[in-house]
Amino acid sequence: MELNINNKIVTVDAPPDMPLLWVIRDLIGLTGTKFGCGKALCGACTVWLNGMPIRSCSTPVSLAVGKNITTIESLDPILEHLQKAWQELNVPQCGYCQPGQLMSAAALLKENSNPNDEEINNAMSGNICRCGTYLRIKQAIHLAATYQTENP
Amino acid sequence: MINIQNVSRRSFLKSFGLASGGLVLACSQPTKSLAKELLIDAKIFQPNLFIQIKSNGDLILLAARSEMGQGVRTSLTSVIADEMEADWNRVTIQQATGDIKFGNQNTDGSRSIRTFIDPMRKMGATAKAMLITAAAKMWKVPESECQAENHVVLHPSSGKKLAYGDLVAKAALLDVPENVTLKNPKDFKYIGKTLPSVDVLDYVTGKAKFGIDIRLPQMKFAAIARCPVTFGTVKSFKSDKAMAIPGVLQVFEIPKIDRPFGPLGGVAVVATNTWAAFKGKEALEIEWNFGANKNYNSDAYMKTITEHSLQDAVVVFNQGNVSNAFAKADKLIEATYQLPHLTHAPMEVPNATAHFKGTSCEVFAPVQDPQTTRTEVAVYLGLKEEQVTVNITFLGGGFGRKSKPDFVVEAAMISKIINGAVQVVWTREDDIQHSYYHSVSSQYLKGCINLNGQVTGWLQRSTFPSIASTFVKGKDYGMSGEFDMGLINTPYKIDNFRCENGQANAQVRIGWLRSVSNIYHAFSRNVFTDELAAAAKIDPLKFYLNLIGDDRVIPSNSDFKIDTKRLKNVLNIAAKNAGWGKPLPKGHGLGLAVHYSFYTYVASVIEVSVIEGKLKVLNIYTALDCGRVVNRDTVLSQFQGAAVFGLSLSFYGKITAKNGAIEQHNFDDYRMVRMPEVPHINIEIVESTETATGVGEPGVPVIAPALINAIYQATGKRYRSLPLSDFDLV
Repeated sequence: MELNINNKIVTVDAPPDMPLLWVIRDLIGLTGTKFGCGKALCGACTVWLNGMPIRSCSTPVSLAVGKNITTIESLDPILEHLQKAWQELNVPQCGYCQPGQLMSAAALLKENSNPNDEEINNAMSGNICRCGTYLRIKQAIHLAATYQTENP
Repeated sequence: MINIQNVSRRSFLKSFGLASGGLVLACSQPTKSLAKELLIDAKIFQPNLFIQIKSNGDLILLAARSEMGQGVRTSLTSVIADEMEADWNRVTIQQATGDIKFGNQNTDGSRSIRTFIDPMRKMGATAKAMLITAAAKMWKVPESECQAENHVVLHPSSGKKLAYGDLVAKAALLDVPENVTLKNPKDFKYIGKTLPSVDVLDYVTGKAKFGIDIRLPQMKFAAIARCPVTFGTVKSFKSDKAMAIPGVLQVFEIPKIDRPFGPLGGVAVVATNTWAAFKGKEALEIEWNFGANKNYNSDAYMKTITEHSLQDAVVVFNQGNVSNAFAKADKLIEATYQLPHLTHAPMEVPNATAHFKGTSCEVFAPVQDPQTTRTEVAVYLGLKEEQVTVNITFLGGGFGRKSKPDFVVEAAMISKIINGAVQVVWTREDDIQHSYYHSVSSQYLKGCINLNGQVTGWLQRSTFPSIASTFVKGKDYGMSGEFDMGLINTPYKIDNFRCENGQANAQVRIGWLRSVSNIYHAFSRNVFTDELAAAAKIDPLKFYLNLIGDDRVIPSNSDFKIDTKRLKNVLNIAAKNAGWGKPLPKGHGLGLAVHYSFYTYVASVIEVSVIEGKLKVLNIYTALDCGRVVNRDTVLSQFQGAAVFGLSLSFYGKITAKNGAIEQHNFDDYRMVRMPEVPHINIEIVESTETATGVGEPGVPVIAPALINAIYQATGKRYRSLPLSDFDLV
């Protein structure tokens, strides 16, 4: 089947029920998207499907055909603002959950360019960070929102 | 002694993974006592820390500690860069493979900085001195007229300057100076300051390679079905349904290995991708021999160890006469505290990639203890250690789980059987159900207070299956390392003080988890202290300060002793930051806890509200004294994270067993705190020039007891077990 991932067309030989996560990681070879739980409980595998955040570990690849798949390896301007803020505030500890956190955060900022704490909590509550970097993530989302305002 | 040598021309550099060229300094282990701790003979020059300055000016540090989020690669580098006046942007880090030649690489015990700061400083200062000497010789001027600054040596009076890279060829020919001057701490540029992580860009762009991201040519993927009961074995299995799944290549049994870090054995499914391996595993039909642990029921077990805590047990510490004190007491208070098993659940599940090639094996794995990994793989494969290469990837969290390399041996086993490269990946369910668990524990405490509210006697019986049981079968009492973590080393001034240890027979694998025995010992000690304060009708802060008593250093066999002044200081700071004593709205409460672990002093005050039976944690104020701070931001990160880790275990942390099988599966029934539950967290670090101490673990133990004490202040109700989800509070 043909997939559009980060604006590139790739052809993969995958059963239709194979979760998108494993297609991305094991067949396409982009390993920035992470496996954490396999049950849509932790958010480590978050990618976008037509700009909407989804848990790729629980999304069959068949649902992604004909749609735009966006991963942490993409060059999205909102994602770049967030990556800059993440570095500025030294958000990651082990770093493993951060691609998923960033994809969720970027999806939020696309919808809401200046979210308040509660809106951030709501948008990010599906992403677990075992190291406990939550407060820095929240702060970095606020910071990225200011970058976006200054340099949309 | 810190022994530094110029090894720029040594032929062994390649074996350490360093290219030749430039100036290379090697350092052997630091001091005798540290050598003892690191199991190294201090008399022999065994270089194990290396820095290399290449002719293009790049500074390379060979890192012999695993990076799992604690920022060690950044911190160690900053120490060297500071002393050698290096440009931070010219520093790169190369991860050493797992090899005894690098000294102790076991990244645990919150000890990387405290053991390496001094040798790293001296290495940096030595490199700087040699570069200055090289420049002085070239310019034919006295060294004293030269100075180093930002990767350049200057001769201010003539205005000459040379970059480090241009000096290394000459410096590489020099002898190492015998005495070098370390910088005055007031001139530190990096140490004690906030520095960005050297790895942060890779983390945020998805480029950082964790174990699970390793890809080798022709590599296969494997999943393993393990017996639900610890140490059970395969009776029989059918693989037809598994083999029918597209992508599944092979199914076979793998043996249980009877070693502390031996794999549990089971049935392996090898496939062309991870998902097919997972699906194949689910499709297996297996009959098990459940074995000796099939009757493990955690409820009954808690009753048993609690009975053992209520009876006389093995005395592990005694001073004065507790029985006499109790007989004469004005008021006696007793309480029992019960905490469940916990598991690490790092976001990156256990996984490893191995490629067995007949007479050698190459491994890529996220491991905290690469040397033990190497040994275990070599022993299993019947290879010599030098035939096994262990490449350490980033660790997506460790918390103690990844110091046990059972999952790496699994990969080596399967690679040998299929004669090719393979990556073993655990599912989250595998991780939760086949861990090396933090001990379940029951603590019985009895204390007495006189009419002035002074504690005159303290008895504590601590009963828990010991980590020692993982190493010695049938070992059902604790070991000194566990008693040293908050049981016998009390900071309190109590004349009659006795600690006992009850029997507990392990029925699952027991292992280290971030902060280890400090979790249950700090919990029971601090909650009980608060109970005594309540019984004495004395404000808890005042009660703690009285109980700790006058300024003194408490004798101990270790290099570091509890300094009560420093302990009281963190307690006072946390209390002050929290506004201890301030009027609080109805249903609100402040609770405190203080604990010394990994040589670091920590106090937390937590503010909660309990409204209509629901707990909300509002603020956490932590104060800590870890001696000299290397990377300020890393210390803050570690203590922010520790507060969240402590909240997760307080709210939800509970592993239970029924008929030998672990009842939790994934993040739905082994829950973690999520963003909306995280309170405001305030961390204050005490400015100090004392020896640097641990920061990875000591922030955890204070959280749960401070929380329980705060809930008591808010509600008058005392909870003596965790997690709080058992009481519908969260």
